[in-house]
Amino acid sequence: MGRLEGRTVDPAALEMLKRAEEQGLETAWDRCRAQEPLCGFGNLGVCCRICLQGPCRIDPFGEGATRGICGAQDYSIVARNLIRSIAGGTAAHSDHGRHVALTLLAHLDGQAPDYRIADPAKAEAVARRIGLNPAGKTPQEITREVTLAALRDFSRLEEEPCTWVTSTVTPGMTEKFEECAIMPSNINGAIAEVMHRSTMGVDADPVNLIFGGLKSALADYAGCHLSTDLTDILFGTPRPVRSYANLGVIDPAKVNITVHGHIPLLSEIVVDVAREMEDEARAAGAAGINVVGICCTANEVLMRKGIPLATNFIAQELAIMTGAVDAIIVDLQCIMPALKTLCECFHTRLITTIPFSKIPGAYHVDFREEKAKESARRIVKLAIEAYRERDPARVHVPQVKNEVVAGFSLEAMLEVFASVNREKPIRALVDAIEEGEIRGIALFAGCTNTKARHDEGHLTIARELARNDVFIVATGCAAGAMAKAGYMTSGAVKEFAGPGLTRFLERLGKASGFDGGLPLAFHMGSCVDNSRPVDLAVLIAKEMGSDVADIPFVATAPEAMHEKAVSIGAWAVTLGFPTHVGVIPPVYGSSLVTEVVTKIAEDVFGGYFILETDPMKAAEKLIEALNYRNWRRKYSTASLDEAMVAE
Amino acid sequence: MKEVFVRLARCVGCRQCEISCALVHSESRDIHQAVWERPLPRQRVRVTREGSEYYPLRCFHCEDAPCIGACITGAMHLDEDVGTVACDTTRCVGCWMCVMVCPYGSIRIHEGQKVALKCDRCPDEDEPACVRGCPTRALLVKERALVV
Repeated sequence: MGRLEGRTVDPAALEMLKRAEEQGLETAWDRCRAQEPLCGFGNLGVCCRICLQGPCRIDPFGEGATRGICGAQDYSIVARNLIRSIAGGTAAHSDHGRHVALTLLAHLDGQAPDYRIADPAKAEAVARRIGLNPAGKTPQEITREVTLAALRDFSRLEEEPCTWVTSTVTPGMTEKFEECAIMPSNINGAIAEVMHRSTMGVDADPVNLIFGGLKSALADYAGCHLSTDLTDILFGTPRPVRSYANLGVIDPAKVNITVHGHIPLLSEIVVDVAREMEDEARAAGAAGINVVGICCTANEVLMRKGIPLATNFIAQELAIMTGAVDAIIVDLQCIMPALKTLCECFHTRLITTIPFSKIPGAYHVDFREEKAKESARRIVKLAIEAYRERDPARVHVPQVKNEVVAGFSLEAMLEVFASVNREKPIRALVDAIEEGEIRGIALFAGCTNTKARHDEGHLTIARELARNDVFIVATGCAAGAMAKAGYMTSGAVKEFAGPGLTRFLERLGKASGFDGGLPLAFHMGSCVDNSRPVDLAVLIAKEMGSDVADIPFVATAPEAMHEKAVSIGAWAVTLGFPTHVGVIPPVYGSSLVTEVVTKIAEDVFGGYFILETDPMKAAEKLIEALNYRNWRRKYSTASLDEAMVAE
Repeated sequence: MKEVFVRLARCVGCRQCEISCALVHSESRDIHQAVWERPLPRQRVRVTREGSEYYPLRCFHCEDAPCIGACITGAMHLDEDVGTVACDTTRCVGCWMCVMVCPYGSIRIHEGQKVALKCDRCPDEDEPACVRGCPTRALLVKERALVV
């Protein structure tokens, strides 16, 4: 394997990496090499920078310091660092949700006229779920009540549980969270508590610290879930949609606008405005305007508007290197500051849009809800202006793109399931599990990371699980990897699915008359939309009369990178998912913390972390976890029957 | 003859050389596995501090090495091919005379195995691990004549 081949399995990314090298353009992979060897203390989580006496670090080989200046042991330091990372993720997801809520409120108050309530039915469904009575109320009234309830999850001062936790999990899970004292009552409060208890001289008990982290993780879950709900109300609940993915979606004949980041408040409007401004683009000599996406903003607009996905996180620079991107509009999270230097090598305009997410030297168009269309027009104008400066000699777009079927919100998925069971759509999946036609379900989530070969983990594990009849759902950059590789098509079913999974998908596809057949992997949205697979799991658990901890449902983040992945991983384990992570998080510096997250967690929550860097071994372990749950379920049902016979 | 040199002003005391040294002397050579090995891998370099200056202290491989003179079994010897002071651990009886006489405190005690523990300048590596691991390039390996 060549050096560049070792960096990615994505043929489009590889082509661009070669070109980058020819042109002397720097990528994340080059910078990763310059960082080697990574700091051993940091890598193990035993570096503490929390107070000004330090930095302190524990000698992992036991010869130097065994405690920090304050006397903190390795386990306290590792646990404190870990939960601060969870708090970082929680802040990111929940602030995203809060931003959507405030936009909805502004709209309801008549201050954001460019938005509309796109899905009143969702507003009503959410209202019912959280115990509000929507009868006789207008969609505006219902949406306002739901939005205010969501904002109360950020601001509640009483010790009452977060609505978006209790209303979305089973009663058994709620009870467990109360019992362990990890039920958050207030998202912001949970983050503050983590920062407080992990500051110098507060909590030193590693297990207590971790439980505090889990409280924040559940707050993250609430933030994710309310974000999904409110975004659906504002822009519509996704429905199956066809599009394309990978760098080949960049069209050299058109003005290419790339939307990148996570929060779709502006990018949704940019998509609309771009359609209105086609004439201006044609006047500049282009064939039109082509909006494409990167990261989770891509997933958001792919799910709802069928906008093509250019690439996922780690390859973001490669899109610019095609020389055909005229503007890259970024909102927040996962945006490499390196984009600025790179854009300077081309004509590409880098445009930041969020007041607290700026990059030195970039254009900044201050996005305001009340003037959303105006902001979007300014951005599209900048892109058209840049197009005139494009150097055709530097354009190189890899001719690699794959079809993708996306848009599987839970609602859309249940519609498919309803074709075989109208009364109880979820039975379609539960029956298949109980009859052993499919082994279980796997959620692919998380980022891409230079520590792994780009996309290899996602695709290898997906192939292995599909071959073993595991139903696959995906979100975030994991979904991006699968979309780019063509795994979100019915063709992939023929290529990779085992006999049971093939039968199941074909039967469903036929019954629902799904155009072109169902895909191998179901795209459930952005990373914040990991709430959707949880809804699926909770629905299955309720149907099976158990909790998520009992059903054959696993999660995997083969190339996790962001703090958000840490918080999602933490709540996935807390909700009861065996959760694989393909890069070793900074916990190995404490054997105690490592044992807690990989083993003891299972005794308490049913979920636990599987830390495994080899994708093939990871697939094996995930299948083992599914087998174990299936075996346990059968065993417990059988013993129950026996007991009844004995009676 | 190659020698490891230290650019004092560049050492920030991060102790990455210590980690790299322990890792290269581990079974797995992987940080995430090495911390689980028993016995734990041992490092041969130690970062010391004098005032505001840090110094990665390792064996200087002296030409006229007091440790060789003090060694009662002949375990400590000069490897003339590569110019290093090496310890033949099969002959070392753990009397610690070398530890006593080393003017730099560069020889340490391997508690588990009761033998002297010192820098071997990574005979199987292109470049000593401490040099490769130094993020500020404070450690350099160069031909002695070229620097002097």
